[in-house]
Amino acid sequence: MRITMTVNGRERSSEVEPRTLLVHHIREGLGLTGTNVGCDTSSCGACTVLMDGESVKSCTVLAVQADGADVTTIEGLARDGEMHPMQQAFQRNHGLQCGFCTPGMVMAAVSLLEEVPHPTDREVRLGLEGNLCRCTGYQNIVAAVLDAAGSTQEAGA
Amino acid sequence: MTPATTTETDVPTGLEPGGTDQPPDEPAGPVVGTRRERREDPALLTGEARFTDDLQIPGALHLAVVRSPFAHARITRVDVSPALAMPGVVAAFTGEDLQGEWAAPMPCAWPVTEDMKSPPHLPLAVGKTCYAGDGVAVVLAESNEAARDAIDAVDVEYEPLPAVTDLAAAISDEVVIHEDLGTNTSYRWELHLDDDAVERAFADAAHVVRERYIQQRLLPMAMEPRACAAVPQPFGGDITLYSATQIPHILKIMTAVTLGFPEHQLRVVAPSVGGGFGSKLNVYAEELLVTALARKLHQPIRWVEERTENALGTIHGRGQIQDIELAADADGRVTAVRVDLTADMGAYLQLVTPGIPLLGAFLYCGVYDVPAFSFGCTGVFTTMTPTDAYRGAGRPEATYAIERAMDALADEVGVDPAEIRRRNYIGADRFPYTAVTGLVYDSGNYEAAAAKALDLAGYDDLRAEQQRRRAEGGPKHLGIGISSYFEMCGLAPSRVLASLNYSAGGWEAATVRMLPTGKVQVVTGATPHGQGHETSWSMIVADKLGVPPDDVDVLHSDTALSPLGMDTYGSRSLVVGGVAIDMACDRVVDKARRIAAHQLEAAAEDLEFRGGEFSVRGSPDRSVPLAAIAFAAFTAHDLPDGEEPNLEAHVTYDPPNFSWPFGTHVCVVEVDEETGGVEVRKYVAVDDCGNQINPLIVEGQVHGGIVQGLAQALFEGVVYDADGNLVTSNLTDYLVPSAPDVPSLTLDHTVTPSPTNALGVKGIGEAGTIGSTPAVMNAIVDALRPLGVDEVLMPASPLNVWNAIQRAQSRPDPERTTTSATAGDTNADAGGAS
Ligand code: FES
Ligand code: FES
Repeated sequence: MRITMTVNGRERSSEVEPRTLLVHHIREGLGLTGTNVGCDTSSCGACTVLMDGESVKSCTVLAVQADGADVTTIEGLARDGEMHPMQQAFQRNHGLQCGFCTPGMVMAAVSLLEEVPHPTDREVRLGLEGNLCRCTGYQNIVAAVLDAAGSTQEAGA
Repeated sequence: MTPATTTETDVPTGLEPGGTDQPPDEPAGPVVGTRRERREDPALLTGEARFTDDLQIPGALHLAVVRSPFAHARITRVDVSPALAMPGVVAAFTGEDLQGEWAAPMPCAWPVTEDMKSPPHLPLAVGKTCYAGDGVAVVLAESNEAARDAIDAVDVEYEPLPAVTDLAAAISDEVVIHEDLGTNTSYRWELHLDDDAVERAFADAAHVVRERYIQQRLLPMAMEPRACAAVPQPFGGDITLYSATQIPHILKIMTAVTLGFPEHQLRVVAPSVGGGFGSKLNVYAEELLVTALARKLHQPIRWVEERTENALGTIHGRGQIQDIELAADADGRVTAVRVDLTADMGAYLQLVTPGIPLLGAFLYCGVYDVPAFSFGCTGVFTTMTPTDAYRGAGRPEATYAIERAMDALADEVGVDPAEIRRRNYIGADRFPYTAVTGLVYDSGNYEAAAAKALDLAGYDDLRAEQQRRRAEGGPKHLGIGISSYFEMCGLAPSRVLASLNYSAGGWEAATVRMLPTGKVQVVTGATPHGQGHETSWSMIVADKLGVPPDDVDVLHSDTALSPLGMDTYGSRSLVVGGVAIDMACDRVVDKARRIAAHQLEAAAEDLEFRGGEFSVRGSPDRSVPLAAIAFAAFTAHDLPDGEEPNLEAHVTYDPPNFSWPFGTHVCVVEVDEETGGVEVRKYVAVDDCGNQINPLIVEGQVHGGIVQGLAQALFEGVVYDADGNLVTSNLTDYLVPSAPDVPSLTLDHTVTPSPTNALGVKGIGEAGTIGSTPAVMNAIVDALRPLGVDEVLMPASPLNVWNAIQRAQSRPDPERTTTSATAGDTNADAGGAS
């Protein structure tokens, strides 16, 4: 089947099999390997992308369901060579170690702040519940999201 | 020597040059000791980093493995022809088809005793399968989907045999798994130092505690599943093996040996690796299969693991029954420790399976001054996935046993757990301390770290609150758990490894090379997979050579770039690999000094090296920067007689001792007697890893380590059913904690530099995991002691906690008695830890 979506601001049209998952289409079809696959039970969140502004686990969506959608992957966050404030906050706060969960975690965190711009520690933890990290113990991920929320606040003030 | 312990939060950064005596007008200060952001991060944060499965490999065939659904079965027939008829399938092979590919069975590098029994272990089983997940055939196809679809079409006939999932059943040899061995016992390893002294201590003891603890099996669950790809190179028969591995160097040697492949024609590359925790410290069937098939078919072959396969086919951790006995005098001073373990090897011995319990053997006396000790361990085969190194590897198990037993002793003697520890700590004035085992602990101040942790936790107030609440009654119980840990890491002095019968050395290699333009290239044999080596190594070099850290490139994880290395595990990278780099910098400066002396027409001894510049002592206008020396060494136009061109040094460093980090963790829990629910209210950790190169990275290692240890205490445990099926085979059944499941941690540290290396550093990668599990479990048992509970099985799920309460309350004698959880109990309560 032929599908067309806007991926990181660019229109991409491709032929996909009906059973192809969005995550495999992104990784293999479009060659955007920043989005990772960490499980086969929609448990880990490593595959999280934004679809029409909302975070989704791209292993739970068929590529054909994303026909016509606007998709942002981790590769689409930086602007003009500058990392997104969330990416910067992750680096500042050492919110990543091996970095495998990181693309999904960052996308989920971006989406979380869209919904709750000034979350508490608990709200951040609950908001990232669907994203597993085995390295960081989450502490610095939470710190990064709170930091990013703070800088957003400052920028807006 | 008694190294000073600094208890301030500020870390001393007095590494030379550019240390604390640096003139204040120097533009750039030392970077070692600062919270420098990681240079690794941008690539990982933007999706540019390449993990193994991200590699684009034109023409690669995808491998999928047909896995046994039975724990134990004879393979009576394998027919791959239906798979060959499937779309996209190119080839398929049975275990028998590939038997000729193996020059040797899969490696076990640690034959712990002369008579250790080890069954031949082939990448694909032939004739018999010994655990659910054991590979029996492979399919190669044009896409991963086609390969995966086709494995279902492979026709395998099995004749099931009884599973062995219980250690007591395994030892009984009722069902012998590897018939040729005649027994399920692989080895018995004992450490007898002075048995009479141990006997006497127990005979004379005023107090004796005998405890049995169960270390449930765990899944390492690195977030990146394993993946590998073998790519034949044009002409000459070379092969490059890409793998999500912690050990490219060891993997290269072992792959060459197992395949009978010339080692010099094999290159192993570990691209970005998404966590390991020991699970990628191995030589796996799939790595051997892709390489053998690439050799056979002259085509690139790739494989990526699915999560369910990861649970089945990647090593498991822990899996021990621990019997520990303490003898103590009337005041609770420990006079002897006696330990006996039964360790679950799983179906086969992987790379270091049998040695894991031995890595803990020397730690069962803990941070205490214990005069008599004996240890024994029986390694047994079961029909489950092989066990091997998982974060801490033997040392968390040991620490768990002694720290839980110290709480039992406190209860027995009738003193506070903090007090029983104070009475037994090795005093700060005793270091370097020669333990009863003969090992020498480099430095320590256990009491200072403990005092700081107790203070930060508000220990006295917590005990007061606990007393008040106990008097008031109520279903919620406050529990306070202490764990004072230490560990031996920085693996390892090669001679000590030899004495333990380990087949390799424990050195690490480093090269530091000045490039003609003054930039620096560092080659390390350590292999990072999340630890931030590039950042830390560049910081060490920056201070030593007086260059900005960004001018230092760090090459690693590719045996063509870094031909020598012993890789990353056992908290060894900084203590062995980082120290090697420090030494290589010294040699670079030594050579540069000779060239500078020649150029400045001064004696080498009269030159000072500071801030990247040599100057003549007393006449600071006569100076030359290191970068100029590097260029001069490159042009070689004017070098001292006999001096070789170029400016580089290679060091292979074999550490004189392990490093011995330590600390105290305090965990505070609320346990609900009615639901069995446990809530962690506070967690305080004071760790001491000597000098810190980058505190930001140290804290990250501690956070992650603590949460992994806490997860063993509260959430995680492998469950097999009686038929040997793995019940917890994915992330919905195996409970890796997510962010809301874990507490916010309070960290602090003390600094007791190691006197055995110039950087004064100790390892920190495993410390958190080692310290945390007993702290959490001690807290839970502490909360429930008024109910007569003296043991709760891990993981302390609501069900296991509730069961422990019921068991205690149905016991006729409410007095604390010897805990005797059996392997059978565990199966009932924790679903098959043994
Ligand atoms: S890959 Fe794990 S949730 Fe999508
Ligand atoms: S950084 Fe490794 S899994 Fe999150």
